[in-house]
Amino acid sequence: METSIAKIGLWFALLILAILAVAGAQDTGFAVHMWIFAAVAFGGMWVTAVRYDPLARVQGIFRMPTDPSRYDDDPIRWGVIATMFWGAAGFLAGLFIALQLAFPALNFEPYLNFGRVRPLHTSAVIFAFGGNALIATSFYVVQRTCRARLAFPALARFVFWGYQLFIVLAASGYLLGVTQSREYAEPEWYVDIWLTIVWLSYAAVFIGTIVRRHEPHIYVANWFYLAFILTVAMLHVVNNLAVPISFLGSRSYSAFAGVQDALTQWWYGHNAVGFFLTAGFLAMMYYFVPKQAERPVYSYRLSIIHFWSLIFLYIWAGPHHLHYTALPDWAQTLGMVFSIMLWMPSWGGMINGLMTLNGAWDKVRTDPIIRMMVMALAFYGMSTFEGPMLSIKSVNSLSHYTDWTIGHVHSGALGWNGMITFACVYYLVPRLWKRERLYSLRMINWHFWLATIGIVFYAASMWVAGITQGLMWREYGADGYLVNSFADTVSALHPMYLMRAFGGFLYLTGFVIMLVNVWKTITGCIRIEAPMSDAAFDPEKDRPITSGRPAAIPAE
Amino acid sequence: MMAEKRIDPPTGTETVGHEWDGIEELDTPMPRWWVWTFIACVIFAIGYVAVYPAIPMAEKATTGTLGWSSRGQLSAEMQAEKGRRAPMLTALSRIPIERLPQDSALMQQAVAGGRAAFQVNCVQCHGSGAAGSGGYPNLNDDDWLWGGDLKAIEYTLVHGIRHPGDVATRTSMMPAFDGILSPAEIGQVTGHVLSLTGKAAANPSGAAIFATNCASCHGQNGKGSRAFGAPNLADAIWLYGSSEQEIRRQILAPRHGVMPAWQGRLDPVTIRMLAAYVHSLGGGEDFVEVAEDPAVQVDEQP
Repeated sequence: METSIAKIGLWFALLILAILAVAGAQDTGFAVHMWIFAAVAFGGMWVTAVRYDPLARVQGIFRMPTDPSRYDDDPIRWGVIATMFWGAAGFLAGLFIALQLAFPALNFEPYLNFGRVRPLHTSAVIFAFGGNALIATSFYVVQRTCRARLAFPALARFVFWGYQLFIVLAASGYLLGVTQSREYAEPEWYVDIWLTIVWLSYAAVFIGTIVRRHEPHIYVANWFYLAFILTVAMLHVVNNLAVPISFLGSRSYSAFAGVQDALTQWWYGHNAVGFFLTAGFLAMMYYFVPKQAERPVYSYRLSIIHFWSLIFLYIWAGPHHLHYTALPDWAQTLGMVFSIMLWMPSWGGMINGLMTLNGAWDKVRTDPIIRMMVMALAFYGMSTFEGPMLSIKSVNSLSHYTDWTIGHVHSGALGWNGMITFACVYYLVPRLWKRERLYSLRMINWHFWLATIGIVFYAASMWVAGITQGLMWREYGADGYLVNSFADTVSALHPMYLMRAFGGFLYLTGFVIMLVNVWKTITGCIRIEAPMSDAAFDPEKDRPITSGRPAAIPAE
Repeated sequence: MMAEKRIDPPTGTETVGHEWDGIEELDTPMPRWWVWTFIACVIFAIGYVAVYPAIPMAEKATTGTLGWSSRGQLSAEMQAEKGRRAPMLTALSRIPIERLPQDSALMQQAVAGGRAAFQVNCVQCHGSGAAGSGGYPNLNDDDWLWGGDLKAIEYTLVHGIRHPGDVATRTSMMPAFDGILSPAEIGQVTGHVLSLTGKAAANPSGAAIFATNCASCHGQNGKGSRAFGAPNLADAIWLYGSSEQEIRRQILAPRHGVMPAWQGRLDPVTIRMLAAYVHSLGGGEDFVEVAEDPAVQVDEQP
């Protein structure tokens, strides 16, 4: 009783602070965000006051098992639902802005113009869809590979819900025009502070669980998760160093200026790709591919060497985003050579993933989840070859600022991050909801083909668009003068923009099939269909050691 | 839990002996090609760092054995291009513009250069095909407000139209007839203007109003006057629209477009090339007065 009074007091204090901030707000965006804080605080106060657990009711809607699981799987189930929800939002926003580029009349001022919806799309797919997938899978993997329950259960729940609040603040801010104009880090200073608190809590839960492990060694997936969590914390804090104009307003000035600011942004931006979208998703790959294939990981030695070389080399490659700019030549050189050296360390993950199927290659034919994982690894390999190639200065002088870059990003994002996330969610849902199997394995097959054809349309049209654009920009006539105006290149790209939007539409359609499949599985339906193979699941083996001392770590 | 090392039957490879949630690891050696490609990339990187600017030192970065710099490369390329263009630019700045059409090679180069400059500076208003749009003249046709020969076009480019701050700018000002003429008279004169292109029946009372109020600039027959920049009302080309409503609006409260003076923004040779390009679009007119001696520039108000 006393603790709930203290909790109510805490929520009330937060509510009062938020309302005061609304009253003194310097701009609408800040006021709206403080209203969101106030609403959350009021909700928290109310929930505590009536000692009513709405979560249990919502968990009923989502058919979450109520019996205490061997592992602490509640935040993971929520994470899977959030991944699905934000994925739908992010893909829809992506299709919308692809259509805006093809048909500018679709820009609805001011809230739904391209400039505001574009960061909504990027943040929704990277941080909301990808981030929730990473948090959920990391909690799943770290418990099972450490044979320990999550270290701080309450903090783990705070991480999940606090991260959702961050996403809501970021997304609503974009539409209201609240942005600090740093790519992939658009939220303003107060949202950044909130994310820092959430992220450090995440690190505490993850590291705490590893410390409590009952396994002598730390599994390779956990190295990658750890690298992702720690590096993203560092990148986020440094890139967002800023001075607010007012503590009651949503504007701030960056701590850096000029080319230093540009380099900080791309140091962050490139390593967001490196540690969020590569290291974090490789961690997912290292657990779920061997589990689904039911095969040992291909090479322990390769995993050590490619992990450390990837971590060491990635962090220096950012300057390749600033070739032929005011950035000094020496920094451009280093950005390029580190990117080239990064090629093989990146491919190490692909080799270890694909070769894990040695002895089980037939599953590519029979198991649709394995097929999705193999396609994800193939796109991973392709885009980690394309990246170093685009970082070569002479290639970059053609490709930079063109749609080739967008094609490159999406072959990685749709092919690698999207496909591996889909595969992991397909693996997780029946296990988390204690179902015999997925509603339909054949629907995964449909999802796979729609997504794959969608990516081919997307990537191929953007390669053609990018190279067309690059060649038209640098085309000189016989007299030594430029031939094309910018508007000429825009009109030349229109057919490619239509094909890109069509590819995005196919990808979204595949995802809608996934939503149906996941929802049906959650509600406990099973489709009567011709069987396909799937990895067997024995819940009895899913048993952590919840008592006794952690195993002693042997000196090696 | 710690598992024993064992031989994995499908691959015949030994495992490392660890196991996590059922996952084991094979002790496969790293693929040779992977190791060698990695080493080759590192060797390439070391070589590249040696020959290009790379390592930041206390004062400045190492310059590399090639002595290359991006600024150096840019200025060398610009110097080379400047040297290549110099004879053409000199010739273009010396030739009297009315003589330009006689030197077809030079004219061709001027048009090419003018096209490039047009696409950077002019397409925003006149469109990438120079076809204009509402309020912005089409430069492809032969309807000229201020004259369509090379000299007149160059003058318009240099001084602009209604450009504040340039005393020699092209200026015309049509009075707003709202209040000067009664609504009935406005209707009549609009009818007369429409009748000039056959879009309405002849309107004698409108013609009378036109003769009193409009003909001083637009001429008795409505064919306009370049001396005042007064548009030809008897053709099918309209800057602000040809419907009755649009014409009435223009009489009541005329809109006047502005074009910047390019003198000072662009160098004289570029302006000359722009004039040549605009002249070449299709509606360029021949220059009427040419002196006997080609070296003499004709002093004529364009």
